[in-house]
Formats: sequence, C-alpha cells, structure tokens
Amino acid sequence: MVGRMSERLEELLRTAFPDAGEITVVDRTGGGDHFHVTVADKEFDGLSLVDAHRKVYNALAAPLQDGAIHELRITTRGEG
Amino acid sequence: MSDLRERINETIQTEPVVAFIKGTPERAACGNSDRALQALRSVGAGFTAVDILPDPRIRQELSALSSWPTIPQVFVNGELIGGADIVQELAETGQLEATLDERLGDAWRRPGVERTVSVTDGPGLRLVGDS
Repeated sequence: MVGRMSERLEELLRTAFPDAGEITVVDRTGGGDHFHVTVADKEFDGLSLVDAHRKVYNALAAPLQDGAIHELRITTRGEG
Repeated sequence: MSDLRERINETIQTEPVVAFIKGTPERAACGNSDRALQALRSVGAGFTAVDILPDPRIRQELSALSSWPTIPQVFVNGELIGGADIVQELAETGQLEATLDERLGDAWRRPGVERTVSVTDGPGLRLVGDS
C-alpha cells in the first residue's frame, strides 16, 4: 500500500520526463506521504530552479491536489 | 483582484525580502518554513514574514498569484525565488547572497531584523511583530 504511492509518483515523473537521466522517489518517513523526488533532465538546462521545480509540481499536480502527498521535497538538475 | 489578493500582492511588491510561512519567525509551525528562514538567516538577510495559517484564503490567493503550490514561498524584490528546497540549496551553494546582491544591492544585509506583518487586517498592512 505504502510502496504503491512511490510507484505512482515515479510513473507520473517518467511520463512527464521520458528522457530523464535520473528519477528517484524516496519515501522519507516510510509512511507513504512524505517524499523527496530527484529529477535530472536536460530539459532543465538553463532554467531557473523555480521554473524547474514548477515542471515537477506540474507533473505531480494530481497527488498534490488530492492530498496524497503531505510533503514534497524536490531536487532538480540539468545535464548540461 | 480581491482585497486579500491585492494586499498579498502589495506585500510581495513592497517588501525587499518576504517569506510566506506557517507560523512566525519565532515559532515556525512547519519544518519547511523553518528551513527557509534558517537559510535566510545563514547569509545574514533581514526579512519580513507573513503567517498564512490565520486564514486558509491567504494560501489560496498566494498560490493563485505565484503559481506555486506549497508553503513556504520566498520573494525577493517582487519575484519568487523559491520554496524551502530552493532557498536552502541557494544558500548552500553561495547563490542566495549573489541573488540578493543582484536584486537588492546591500540593502538586504540586516542580520536579525525579522518582522511579521499580517495581510488579513485591512486596510493596509498591520505590523504585528518586530525584532
């Protein structure tokens, strides 16, 4: 049950960033609602961190809105 | 624009460094809000804080203005520079000082100057705390 949420987030991120060099989802507390996601994608090259994080928020808009994610930490990296 | 959104926008536009947080600088009600404030403190930045907890509409209107879904949100000279993760990352890599320098000159170097304003009690801004 708890692992399914991580899988859902990873799937959403893979769909949004099909060419990402890295996508990781860490369940920080083991409770299935505090996550740290890391995405490395050349799509972030030259973007501000605000714009890069916005893309991640957009990818995860559904679980953010329905309350499934209680806390989300984001790390983004370009690949340039 | 609603009165509340107007007041939030005015705060963003007029305060050099403003952090919308859960709780107050003395007692942040959320670890993420505290991380953002600690990052600002770590470079010696003074800041203005707005507690979003007194009224759920503050967060709604703020996120509608900024297109940013989470709290905290830190603005410098009218522009969103990030939430807790970004502000912490910027502080750790030395880019926070560079960003503040670039946008505010030396005016942000006010260690320990932390004030709290309310956006819900109109008209205008009400100072609810100063240090």
